[in-house]
Amino acid sequence: MPRKKGRVSQEVNAGSMADIAFLLLIFFLVTTTIASDKGILNILPPKQDPNQPPPEIKLNERNIFNILVNANNQLLVEGEYLDNTDRLSEDVKSFILNFGAPDEAAMALFNSLPQSLKSQANRKPESSDHPMAGGAVVSIKTNRGTSYERYLEVLDQVKKAYFEIYAERVGMTADQYRSITGKNAAEKELLDRGKEGIPMAISIAEPDKIGGN
Amino acid sequence: MSKFKKKNKVSENIPTSALPDIIFMLLFFFMVTTVLRDNELLVEQKLPQATQLQKLEKKSLISYLFVGKPKNTAVYGTEPRIQANDVLINTKDILLWVNQEKDKLSEAERDQITISMKADREVKMGPISDIQFELREADARKLMYASTGKVQN
Repeated sequence: MPRKKGRVSQEVNAGSMADIAFLLLIFFLVTTTIASDKGILNILPPKQDPNQPPPEIKLNERNIFNILVNANNQLLVEGEYLDNTDRLSEDVKSFILNFGAPDEAAMALFNSLPQSLKSQANRKPESSDHPMAGGAVVSIKTNRGTSYERYLEVLDQVKKAYFEIYAERVGMTADQYRSITGKNAAEKELLDRGKEGIPMAISIAEPDKIGGN
Repeated sequence: MSKFKKKNKVSENIPTSALPDIIFMLLFFFMVTTVLRDNELLVEQKLPQATQLQKLEKKSLISYLFVGKPKNTAVYGTEPRIQANDVLINTKDILLWVNQEKDKLSEAERDQITISMKADREVKMGPISDIQFELREADARKLMYASTGKVQN
């Protein structure tokens, strides 16, 4: 009899040990954040041939949306001083969707847009003609002394305007549209359908030599 | 009957004493294999915040450039510097570095190389535009401004 009792107490209850280890495992799995590769994508223009002057592109002033950021991080948008970037994406959006003087192809594009985007076309003659290539261009110009953070903030807002338009065309929210990466044919088709006819025309000008080194 | 019962009881519980060891092994495996950061940072890194973040599909195509104020200001000064792999380089060396990174990729993927620029928020646009100029020269035109998410309101 005493022998039997000894045998029972000899085995430590190790069942809960697994649970403890599981908890630790899950804790590590959740907390380890592998360096994320998120950011704002930008395609740089092709390199310039030193023997050839940069191509002169004739664009009407009304087709360019000028954003200037100076070395004090102050904004000048279309000749107007702005304190913050809150309104910027709305302004850019209405500039892109203005359809001031659309040609035939642009009119076809306009008719293909959903009603919610059509209603945003102001048809102002002093704003952009149409959003297709050669139409609306958003130009961002900085000084060398402008902070990177401010520049990214502006670029972020301009991108937001474009993504909202793209997403609305395919009937998604901007967040959903941005999260698709085009890893299969269906996603690629969706991406292309959003972008079709409205290229992301963001021009980043060479910064002025003010306030920098 | 009582003899049978006793035998049954013994065979009923599965020995679970080895289970924690197995799970500990899993735990250690994960702890060892998760690589948090490839290389040590020599520059300060406080990424700017943005809302319109995108994710890249292929991680193998990404090369990283770190830009910021050097941590060791006594040796490297306080002006923003560029870190590639684990050394500080000058703007002129970017061309060489991009070509080295391109050589690591297969022939078909070379023109798809993406540079993820992890720049500190304190950096001015001057050095950034110099880097962009060099990247254009090196024909690595896909550039990603790495940033962290901002809570939208």
